[in-house]
Amino acid sequence: MTELQLNGESIAVEAIETTPLAYVLRNECGIKSVKLGCEAEQCGACTVLADDRPVPSCTLALSDASERRLTTLEGLARGDVLSAVQNALLTSNASQCGYCLSGIAVAAYALFQTNAHPTHNNIVNALDGHLCRCGAHPRVIRALEQLAK
Amino acid sequence: MSNLPGSLIRTPDLDRWIAIENDGSITVSTGKVELGQGILTAIQLIAAEELDVDPDQVHVRSAETGITPNEMVTAGSMSVETSGAAVRQACAWARRLMLSEVSDDPAQLEVSNGVVTGPGLNAPTSYTEIQAGTPFKFQIVDPTQEKDPSKYKVLGRDNHARIDLEDKIRGVGVFVHDLEFPNMLHARIVRPPSYHHRLETVDLTQIEAPDLGFVDGSFIAVMSTDEYRATRLAESVGNMAIWTQTREIPADKPLPDYLVAHEASAFPILDNVPQDVPPRSLTTAINAVYSRPYLMHGSLGPSAAAAQLADGILTVWSPSQGIELIRHTLAQLLAMDAKTIRVIYVQGAGCYGHNGADDATVDAALCARAAPGRPVLLKWSRADEHQWEPYGPAMRVGMGANLSGSGNVDLWTHDVWSFSHVGRPAPGRSGMDVVAAWHIDDGFQPNEPTPRLGSESGIHRNALPIYEFPDQQIVKRFVTDSPLRTSALRSLGAQCNVFAIESFMDELALAVDTDPLTFRMRHLRDTRAIAVLERVVELAGGVSDSRGLGLAQYKNRQCYAAVVAEVVVDTTTAEVRVSHLWIAADAGRVVDRDGLINQLEGGAIQALSWCLKEAVAFNRDGVTSRDWETYPILRFNEIPIVETDIIDHPELESLGAGEATQGPTSGALANAIHSATGVRVRHLPFTPERLREAAAD
Ligand code: FES
Ligand code: FES
Repeated sequence: MTELQLNGESIAVEAIETTPLAYVLRNECGIKSVKLGCEAEQCGACTVLADDRPVPSCTLALSDASERRLTTLEGLARGDVLSAVQNALLTSNASQCGYCLSGIAVAAYALFQTNAHPTHNNIVNALDGHLCRCGAHPRVIRALEQLAK
Repeated sequence: MSNLPGSLIRTPDLDRWIAIENDGSITVSTGKVELGQGILTAIQLIAAEELDVDPDQVHVRSAETGITPNEMVTAGSMSVETSGAAVRQACAWARRLMLSEVSDDPAQLEVSNGVVTGPGLNAPTSYTEIQAGTPFKFQIVDPTQEKDPSKYKVLGRDNHARIDLEDKIRGVGVFVHDLEFPNMLHARIVRPPSYHHRLETVDLTQIEAPDLGFVDGSFIAVMSTDEYRATRLAESVGNMAIWTQTREIPADKPLPDYLVAHEASAFPILDNVPQDVPPRSLTTAINAVYSRPYLMHGSLGPSAAAAQLADGILTVWSPSQGIELIRHTLAQLLAMDAKTIRVIYVQGAGCYGHNGADDATVDAALCARAAPGRPVLLKWSRADEHQWEPYGPAMRVGMGANLSGSGNVDLWTHDVWSFSHVGRPAPGRSGMDVVAAWHIDDGFQPNEPTPRLGSESGIHRNALPIYEFPDQQIVKRFVTDSPLRTSALRSLGAQCNVFAIESFMDELALAVDTDPLTFRMRHLRDTRAIAVLERVVELAGGVSDSRGLGLAQYKNRQCYAAVVAEVVVDTTTAEVRVSHLWIAADAGRVVDRDGLINQLEGGAIQALSWCLKEAVAFNRDGVTSRDWETYPILRFNEIPIVETDIIDHPELESLGAGEATQGPTSGALANAIHSATGVRVRHLPFTPERLREAAAD
């Protein structure tokens, strides 16, 4: 049994300690927003917040995650009310297939937590670890720039 | 025969297309699938417009064999044109039938938000009152009058919300990867090191119940209820497997040379159609050769599928672009009656053509057969996807021209060499183009590639120039023996053909000391092409230094797109950064304006990535592009500012736009690099090494 601090709740999961957090979240905790894309810290699809900082969950072992306060996309909304970042991305249709969307939203949320008015450069640097094969980048950037105003 | 949309001729039963539900909502069906391109939203808007209801009232049901209409493959930027036309006509019929129920003169009635009013009615009524829960029981054999586009309230207007996006931003598990069934097994495949390796031996004794593993020829699968455990098993089994290499991949020659050396047949193109006659032998004064390497689809989520074999029925949850194709492929491979196979479409990550989705579907079915009764969710690894997907083929384009004394083109020649761009499963043929079929005992060989001789098919797509020349010869040169597996990648041959045409137009303009815009205008007659070109130049405020132009009409009959690119080239590192892109497009009648812009811009960004960074690397022993470090793509801090403008023609037919910008963007980029540096880059990708090589030429 490992104790996880997940989206403001404490939950116990049963999985071997070396299991990457992404697998635990998806398969033991029902957190499907976390996507696997590369399992090598190269794409950002699996990004979650650990103590408010974005980290790839594909290589973070369960045992190392248990000490940290974890937040996933599911934890960004207050009930039905989306966070400002999610709302900005949604109302701008800032996606195509959406496979990269959750990782991007989580990283952008972290950025806006530390800086309510990020510049263009702040935004693209914060998202640089996130790949999007559909080419939705320009509208992601536009949506976040709009929000930063 | 009537001029009904093809999908309605195949499925004339109105109830297969539309139903008025008891709760007042309207269900509309399409055989096309959501690939991230926004087709479900477009279908919703078309239905809402034709019926005069609120878009939120319309639910779109997509692709399930035996339930939704069979609309073949979702590809070629055809969905708005074909499924959109069918849904519009079906809705027009539904509207007419419902209104005829309450009036002898239905044309007099008005509908707003589904509420029907007008002369002869005692009180307002509604679609719900007329039809809720009652099937239409009607066969469409003739077209009926559709709504007058000048009365449109929905199409081309607002910034419509994509109907699939809210779930995704909330983290609802809508992807095939997210499926969960009771008692489900997770499966992984252990692939050979290359196409030409065969399994000698593998030790599966380390796999203990309740985990499962099986070997069939060179096909190795492992399964476990614990997904991470399945990945570990795949790795350790893979480490123990012993393979022999039967052949090497030809990897010594540069691809442009290889293409010429392996030419199998040549077809001059007339009116877009390849002719089986020898090409004329022509000599031209100005000549240039362009090329691209193999390119990956590179879906962000590796391919996945689920399957279950229970009570003699195989159910498959698949992200395939062609659920009927995959159903019949499975029937052939597994020697089952197609009637006992049900394929349900579930979204994967964006695919941009024929990626590993069909292969993974077949893998999942084989695993399900080995674990009867149990649902199996199979996923490829990142390395599986990078190494086994069918790539967009390498291409070589040789351009030639003679110029007249007045500085116009007299003779234009375009020779394009490439491998087959069509490697989709084609049930009923003697071979089979899915990976697992090559590996299992009693499987199939790949089909022998054959040249497609239809209009605008793979290699010669957009080889025909949009410009008017007194004399021209375009030759499709079909090449066999591709070192790597190939199939349809977004825009097929159009990207490289347009890249070559648009680059060469600039080279010719330079030769006669004319600015590229004027030179193009001198050779254009098509007024819609001229209009997008003018619009993009206006949008960009000119095509001055460090900027380049590109123009094409996709397939010479779909969406027009013109692009201006602006670059900054670092003179010490030779790195190219694209600072700005301007796009102008004419896709006829606009359905979903924002969705259209999304597709145009996404295609442009993807093309920049291809042009600046991408090439599938391989050697004799296999593909060495195995992850995003060995196959880098464009990143957030390399994204230009993009501005897009649409010329709407509500009075004209909608034109498919999903692949319209790949070619023009590629040409505009090469031309901008030349404008910024004086260096002409003719071979993708435009890496610093390539720029230095080109500068030294
Ligand atoms: S899956 Fe973790 S970074 Fe790609
Ligand atoms: S929207 Fe498809 S990968 Fe980003």
